[in-house]
Amino acid sequence: MSARFIPVVVTAVLFLALLIAGSLQFSGFASPRVLLNLLTDNSFLAIMALGMTFVILSGGIDLSVGSVLALSSVLCAILVEKHGWHPLQAIPVVLIAGAAFGAIMGALIHVYKLQPFIVTLAGMFFARGLATVLSEQSIPITHSFFDSVNNFGFSVLGGWIGSATLLLIVVFAFGLWLAHFTRLGGYIYALGGNSTSAALLGVPMGLTTISIYTLSSTLAALSGIVYTFYTASGYALSGVGMELDAIAAVVIGGTLLTGGYGYVLGTLLGVMIMGLIQTWISFHGSLNSWWTKIFIGSLVLAFIIFQRGISAGFGTKKAKI
Amino acid sequence: MTARPAALQLNKICKSFNRVSVLRSVDLELRAGEIHALLGENGAGKSTLIKVMTGAYSADGGEIILGDKTISPQTPSDAQKLGISTVYQEVNLLPNLSVAHNLYLGREPRRFGCIQWKKIRARATELLKRFDLDINVNEPLSSYSIAVQQLVAIARAVDCSAKVLILDEPTASLDAREVALLFRVMRDLRDSGVAILFVTHFLDQVYEVTDRITILRNGERVGTFATNALPRNELVAHMLGKELHALEHLSHHCPPAGREEDVLLEADSVTIANGVEQLNFKARQGDAIGLAGLLGSGRSEICSMLFGLSHVTSGKVSLAGKEFRPNSPAAAIKKGFALCPEDRKTEGIVDPLSVRENLLLALQAQKGWWRPIRAQQQKALVDEAIRALKIVCSDAEKPIGQLSGGNQQKVILARWLMTKPQIFILDEPTRGIDIGAHAEILELIRKLCAEGMTLIVASSEIEELVAFSNKVIIMRDKKMVGMIEGDAITENSVLSAIATPV
Amino acid sequence: MRTIQLFDSRFLLPVVALALILLTNLILSPEFFHLEFKDGRLYGSLVDVLNRSAPCALLAIGMSLVIATGGIDLSVGAVIAITGAVCANLLNSSIDSISLIVLAGLFVGVVAGAVNGGLVSFFGIQPIVATLVLMVAGRGIAQLINDGQIVTFQNPAFASIGVGSIFGLPSPVVITLGIFLLAQAFVRLTAMGLFIEASGCNPKASSYIGIPVRTIKWSVYVMSGLCAAVAGMIITADIHGADANNAGLWLELDAILAVVLGGASLAGGRFSLPLTLIGVLIIQAMTTTIIMSGIDPKFNLLIKSLIIVTVLLLQSPILRGQIRGFFARKHKAENSAVVESQS
Repeated sequence: MSARFIPVVVTAVLFLALLIAGSLQFSGFASPRVLLNLLTDNSFLAIMALGMTFVILSGGIDLSVGSVLALSSVLCAILVEKHGWHPLQAIPVVLIAGAAFGAIMGALIHVYKLQPFIVTLAGMFFARGLATVLSEQSIPITHSFFDSVNNFGFSVLGGWIGSATLLLIVVFAFGLWLAHFTRLGGYIYALGGNSTSAALLGVPMGLTTISIYTLSSTLAALSGIVYTFYTASGYALSGVGMELDAIAAVVIGGTLLTGGYGYVLGTLLGVMIMGLIQTWISFHGSLNSWWTKIFIGSLVLAFIIFQRGISAGFGTKKAKI
Repeated sequence: MTARPAALQLNKICKSFNRVSVLRSVDLELRAGEIHALLGENGAGKSTLIKVMTGAYSADGGEIILGDKTISPQTPSDAQKLGISTVYQEVNLLPNLSVAHNLYLGREPRRFGCIQWKKIRARATELLKRFDLDINVNEPLSSYSIAVQQLVAIARAVDCSAKVLILDEPTASLDAREVALLFRVMRDLRDSGVAILFVTHFLDQVYEVTDRITILRNGERVGTFATNALPRNELVAHMLGKELHALEHLSHHCPPAGREEDVLLEADSVTIANGVEQLNFKARQGDAIGLAGLLGSGRSEICSMLFGLSHVTSGKVSLAGKEFRPNSPAAAIKKGFALCPEDRKTEGIVDPLSVRENLLLALQAQKGWWRPIRAQQQKALVDEAIRALKIVCSDAEKPIGQLSGGNQQKVILARWLMTKPQIFILDEPTRGIDIGAHAEILELIRKLCAEGMTLIVASSEIEELVAFSNKVIIMRDKKMVGMIEGDAITENSVLSAIATPV
Repeated sequence: MRTIQLFDSRFLLPVVALALILLTNLILSPEFFHLEFKDGRLYGSLVDVLNRSAPCALLAIGMSLVIATGGIDLSVGAVIAITGAVCANLLNSSIDSISLIVLAGLFVGVVAGAVNGGLVSFFGIQPIVATLVLMVAGRGIAQLINDGQIVTFQNPAFASIGVGSIFGLPSPVVITLGIFLLAQAFVRLTAMGLFIEASGCNPKASSYIGIPVRTIKWSVYVMSGLCAAVAGMIITADIHGADANNAGLWLELDAILAVVLGGASLAGGRFSLPLTLIGVLIIQAMTTTIIMSGIDPKFNLLIKSLIIVTVLLLQSPILRGQIRGFFARKHKAENSAVVESQS
């Protein structure tokens, strides 16, 4: 087996191990219902983490996604509740706004050679600030369309597949296609592999960079919409710190933070592992919620040390060339 | 001259940086179906000229004519689309992508919005077969050797329908067999009508494979010659120009050897973790030991071991009679070693720190952070170093990156001399520096030996080793294959020892 | 050409920015500069600005050193929370020696920094990732110590760290100033600053010179942890309690911002602690300006982000090139012959 698959295989094994350990301890832990709920409850995080995967694959980082989620949810709520738009009109506007936001960040990064960390940090402040300016209060949404979307779905094996789960599947299918069956996907990996070489090979650097951050922000906006449906409200303080969860999911999913190596499906597994830990803690009853943070932190630590260990397979060679 | 058509013609190309002119009205004509060598010392303007051709730089003046059209490529990919492809010494492909993906990145065949991977793999396999490469194209590029990567890069360039192929020092990290394979590919391509510009510093290779030679010196074209009509000494004279005399007085000069019993450093059948075997030598005070061999023969590896960058796996190295096993540069420095590293930019200078700071770093590191060198003493030390080594710099507070290569090298030498090392290891001390500084550095080496310092110098320039060594260790394929001492050291003896099995 | 050369001076841009902000304050409300000495203590808006910026300044001092080595420390906010939790719980225990409790707080910072530094310099993990671990897990640990509560305490002696005054100035200001002077002496009166800069500029060459690069990288994280611990104690003392969720939340980002506003590159290399302090004051003075100018405080974050982008762009050599190009074109239109002879 090629060394580049090892991290994602480890992630998959870890997921199964957690599932088995949990089901030995608690009956009903590994039931389809729990698993499908994992998908539903984490759909917005998974969509956000997908965008983050592409950013990290390219060797960048996007700290703004949590704030973009908040801004989208507030924007969506205002358009629907205060201006009486139909959600189907509001959603495209929100997505386009998200895309434009990402495109501007990408352009700043590319044109002025600014570090993604600091640009997206400014983006994080800006989006959160704009959301706060738009509305400091939480805006509840009462539009009937929200109920019908939330009620849509069907049950499988005792679990529920709702619209969020379906969207998640579609978005990840899109992510897989983008990563492995389009030129842009290759360009993103190329940028993370070695940006100097990528430029010499004719990779359109500006277009790729802008696309990456546009994609990340658009997916963050989409996850904001999912979040708005999930909570039936728009609130400027939602999604605080969620960018960290998204980064953690990507790392646990086996993507190398230096860029160039990693898989979309790994990220989905990473989100599921984080969800499983939460589920396990809630099954456990006596453990408090802050254990989640400690567990996830330790898991991220274990993964990066593990990645250092096996990077003999690819990381060091990359440095040599 | 035969009337083969010019594939690419450069007319009166000028380029300057910060008002320093690097190329002055350079002409170059590349014909279809020829291998054309571009030669010149470091700093002659070769790399700038290539960057102008490939669109990485735009020329300040002159024109580039491809076929019968004037072109002005703005980016490397522009140039590639026009049919000018370049393969660099450091393979500029992507280690994390598969070989097939590297070959077709950006021009993947698609259907219904999906890349057709099957087609790509089949085409890639077939393409590489033309280059005698039968490898699994699904594996990431990083799992193959540099030679294979280089061939993949050439295959990509050729397959992008290159009319002009520029090979920038492609043989630097290849062994003889791989070079032969590369040359076969180059000849095939030439016969199929590709114009190849071959940049190298191996003169043997120039005579082996090229048809014509263009020589640059100090940003100007010296001339273009048919390879078989240009004797080697004339070629060298053209490359070095009038300055050749600067090296002339450096004919073999064997420093007086120390007393036999004063062995300072001794290696006894040493094997090093980085692959070097059978290393045996004794160095006395005042010895200048040359390490000769081709690139990759193990010269630099010996330097690494002595400086604590790679450890001894068997055998014994002793320093003044005691076993010496440094595990870090700091440990080696403590024992009186100093290293002037091969790659000046990434291992030598600390840019953008100032010249002053760069000069003082080694001494300061030796003293420790808690004992800073006083400002007054700093100035005295820096002034003395600048004067002693004739470092040309208007202001010691300038970032070191703004100095020329030769002056940067002098700063590194001066930095170590301040710490008064007993053994000074120099790995390619004259690479990439101008001829004047070159002679000065050789002079310095002699002076240091005379003062009783032990020097270990790895160099690819044999005449240089001959000029100052009293012992030359011959390396081949990571093994020490011989040692030439005293008056037996001549260019011929060293060359033939490197070339033929003993 | 002259205007562009002025930009290159490292001090000019941050100092001018700070001066502009202060000038705005002067115009908006002259009483901003009013100082009053009352009950042995100085009062006034300027003192408030200094007092409020103390925790961020402390973090930024440590952060400057970390950033100079090419690293970053995202965990300092979480370290504030852990330090606060440890101190608050010790204050409620039977230990009554304040100095022991302060030492325990500092110890937390050292341990956190040692872990971060160890991951970065001995495991070779990217600084963003290595410190992200503690950023995520740290607040969990603080909550664990606090058992999910906000732990309050009644101890005037400890509280004086945050609310007391020394020499007529608020104690956080004096403590911060003291640490700043200590740090400045540590890096500039010894060769430590030079070694830190060398390690950031070219770690490989530095280790070839014999500079203990790994140890230096490790020690800057320890120093950053220490600074965070002091900040954590000030914040805890100020509110008489430890709030694991909110103490020092996002303060690491302000600290990074301050360092960048001070003109340091996130890629490592040159650093200047005085410039970093100016960066901190810019951030805090800006916040105060927004409040004083009567703008709704909800605009705070928005304006802050716009100013960051502006400063980043002003520092970018590419924008300067574009401006230069723009003026050159304009100049050329006026007098083409002159430009040609110049180039």
